[in-house]
Amino acid sequence: MTEPLITPPSPRIQRLRQRHNAERRFQFYGQFAIACAISFLAVLLLSIGWKAISAFAHFELTLEIDRPDFAERTDLAVTDLNLAVRDELLDLFPELSAGRMQRADLFGLAPRLSILPLTRSLQQDPSQALEPLTARLVVSDDLDLYLKNDFKTHWTYEVGAAGRLARTSSGAYRLSDAGPDGFVAFQDEVSRLGETTGDTLISFSDVWFELSRISGATLILNHLAGPIPDLGEQSASPITATFLGTESTNRQVSNRQIALVTMLKEQGRIEKRFNSNLFLNADSTYPELAGAAAAVAGSIFTMLVTALFSIPIGILAAVYLEEFAQKSRLTRIIEININNLAAVPSIIFGLLGAAVFLNAFGMPRSVPLVGGLVLGLLVLPTIIIASRAALRSVPPSMRDAALGLGASRTQAVFHHVLPLAAPGILTGAIIAMARALGETAPLLLIGMVAFVSEVPTSPTDVASALPVIIYKWFSGAERAWEPMTAAVIIILLVILIAMNLTAALLRRRFERRW
Amino acid sequence: MLQALGHLPVGWLLIAPLAAAGFFAFTIGRTEVAALPTGSTISARLNSQPNYHGYFLAFCTTLPAACIFLLYLMFAEGFARGALQSELPAFLIERGSDQVNLFIERVANHAQSRGRDITGIEIFDASVSRYAELKGQARILAVFIAVLASLGGFFWGRRQLGRSFPARGYVERIITGLLFVCAGIAVLTTVGIVLSLVFETVRFFSLPDGPGVFEFLFGTNWNAQTGQNFGAIPLFFGTLMIAALAMCVAVPIGLFSAIYLSEYASARFRGWAKPVLELLAGIPTVVYGFFAATLIAPMVRGFAQWVNALPFTPEDFLAAQPTNALAAGLIMGVMIIPFVSSLSDDVINAVPQPLRDGALAMGATRSETIKQVVLPAALPGIIAAVLLGVSRAIGETMIVVMAAGGRALITLDPTSDLTTVTYQIVSLLTGDTSFDSAKTVSAFALGFVLFGVTLVFNIIALRVVERYREAYD
Repeated sequence: MTEPLITPPSPRIQRLRQRHNAERRFQFYGQFAIACAISFLAVLLLSIGWKAISAFAHFELTLEIDRPDFAERTDLAVTDLNLAVRDELLDLFPELSAGRMQRADLFGLAPRLSILPLTRSLQQDPSQALEPLTARLVVSDDLDLYLKNDFKTHWTYEVGAAGRLARTSSGAYRLSDAGPDGFVAFQDEVSRLGETTGDTLISFSDVWFELSRISGATLILNHLAGPIPDLGEQSASPITATFLGTESTNRQVSNRQIALVTMLKEQGRIEKRFNSNLFLNADSTYPELAGAAAAVAGSIFTMLVTALFSIPIGILAAVYLEEFAQKSRLTRIIEININNLAAVPSIIFGLLGAAVFLNAFGMPRSVPLVGGLVLGLLVLPTIIIASRAALRSVPPSMRDAALGLGASRTQAVFHHVLPLAAPGILTGAIIAMARALGETAPLLLIGMVAFVSEVPTSPTDVASALPVIIYKWFSGAERAWEPMTAAVIIILLVILIAMNLTAALLRRRFERRW
Repeated sequence: MLQALGHLPVGWLLIAPLAAAGFFAFTIGRTEVAALPTGSTISARLNSQPNYHGYFLAFCTTLPAACIFLLYLMFAEGFARGALQSELPAFLIERGSDQVNLFIERVANHAQSRGRDITGIEIFDASVSRYAELKGQARILAVFIAVLASLGGFFWGRRQLGRSFPARGYVERIITGLLFVCAGIAVLTTVGIVLSLVFETVRFFSLPDGPGVFEFLFGTNWNAQTGQNFGAIPLFFGTLMIAALAMCVAVPIGLFSAIYLSEYASARFRGWAKPVLELLAGIPTVVYGFFAATLIAPMVRGFAQWVNALPFTPEDFLAAQPTNALAAGLIMGVMIIPFVSSLSDDVINAVPQPLRDGALAMGATRSETIKQVVLPAALPGIIAAVLLGVSRAIGETMIVVMAAGGRALITLDPTSDLTTVTYQIVSLLTGDTSFDSAKTVSAFALGFVLFGVTLVFNIIALRVVERYREAYD
């Protein structure tokens, strides 16, 4: 008979242990909740930032256009320059001039409107055309995405030296091996990859083919781009096979375009550059040409109207309620009303704008003036509440001192209380403006989703706004809109963070404890 | 000339002369009164400082003109449109009032656009120039009356000035009046919201192709875009479902964060964790919508497809839509976390310390104190915080527009694309809308319901918070 070494704890101790475990669990729930919230924030910012990175750079195709005759033309249009660009491209790839499909692939490298900046500068100063012009064309959106992402799924394979190239009756080419082994290793590689890979491109001595099939010891090829070497000669140059991750039917860019951009990239004609379109251009139907400049200008005008409308009125209303109003039924109603108005959904203000400003007053649609007024009404309660808090924090002794020296109520408030409350009011106003800047729904209802191809120059021009353009680009069908949208979100968030930091700094700098 | 004037944004240029006139009047008033001979007896002294005489004269000059400009802003457009409508040829009028309104809307927009080029449609171009002419006339009239009024005000005010004139009293009364008007604007906004929603809602139910009130509130078939079915139950259902999903995320996380931050966290941790949580409230909802639609919705869909592929679930157990209620609800919940947590934090902090000390002195652990003493004491405030969160969730627009769908369904499956009231308002009111079709006006009826429901939630919550504050102060 042996006594148990450890006596079981008494029920009291057991209960205490349970209670302490419960305590620890409870504390853990709290930590877990905070960790959840913070990780949500981190995931959100990181995922959007990650998406946005690619939109801040894009690929540009550089071409030299030597057309001295343009110097005499006064009626240059996009079409003229576009034809010149096409000629230039055909000079680079003369072998593609024959077929319609080939030309379409070649001309599809850059959208038609990407010549617009050069056209505008030529229209202003035609004499530039006496020198050869350098055209920087934005590569079309699908190719741009392809260059950014999908090249990662490529891998190349050194096949060996090329033998004779011959033409078959169907228009395809037949390439034999230089040595006797008849591409054995390559065939093994192809069968090893089997179904997992998409199309295969074959290149040797600056010419690109797509592999149609392997027939015995020869490769049956379709020509894509590049000068075709002499038929029937032993070329002996090394062959490179490029396995693409996808089949051409499953993507927007053709095999020929992949061959073309690879060649142009090797020649240094296609380069990655900073995407200045994003900051300089207005909206466009082409994601590769679209920019946020018009939206930024629209947002600035809207914020200007909002600030001019809501900050003075908000401050004056707060002064009335805090310093002048008697405790009456009417004041009470105004107070309750302001508190409730602060919690009304923003879309209701959009309905108000649509019904009153657009329908009843007949103000124009889609203009920052109306948008600014609606947002001004939206943030008015916030500003009033913040200003009242700031006024309340000024000690009554200030007012009493002013009144005691013979100032009137108005003088006491405007000469003494208001300047002392100014930093607090300003902080509240900046935070309210930041809220207005991110507001989208009311602007949608007053029509600020219109397509804006010009940067607005006054509050009564048709305009868009930053958050609205996020929504609009997000709804765009092309895949390239997604990184562009993320990039605009980053711009918006940077502005918002700057505003909030300013408010925080102001508060810290001027905060006064009485 | 009239046309060019009708097109210019003259309204903006008028502020400068008005300000100049005010400044001029101020200087005149001040110098005139300052030049008066004064003595040392009471009757020979100035009643008010010269500055106040200047202010008085400036108010006399600018206020009437400002009022006239305000009237112009409110009524000129209606006048121009009405006059244009009465001059339109009969064949246009015969097409019915919404066609006419749409036409006038287009004319007005075209006249206000910058590059006002000729479209080639004769009647349209003629209407555009006539409209611009009418606006020009209205403008000239407004400017003329404003100049007369401000001159009249100036001379009348100038006659009043004098040694014994109590300018300061008048100026202060005017300033108080202006302050009151500013405070009244908030009330006017509410009145405007209620009036416009009520007016349009009444119009909606009286339209020939509109539904009855009963059909609208209890019908289960919503198809406003193409058909004429206005049964809003699926929208209410979708709204409540998404709000409920959001609260499932926001209430536990928000409440536990608030408890941890106010009861356990060190001052340093609190110092940086609270602002970070509040960052969540500063992110625009359109950003949340983008996040929900591009990252969360595909994840939810993938999960739903995985569930569907499980051996014991039927093929179409979950709808697995690319845009779904669950993604919208989850992200909306994240958005609401800071509202719930900061409000709950406030009420938990407001619970008096002696209550806690008493419980701890009796030997309760901290969690027991919180669960049995602090939370029951803070419960009304927490409920108010949750109510405010629900009201946010119901009124939230961009997240559902981007991440939830547009199909009016009634289903408990969170992976289907339920629609909401706010989604429908946006989709009905964007684009070229005329205010006469039942489709457009139905958005206002939906807005009325939304406003009413959120208002009830807000009023209850704000009252509770207020009572509660009084109880412990």
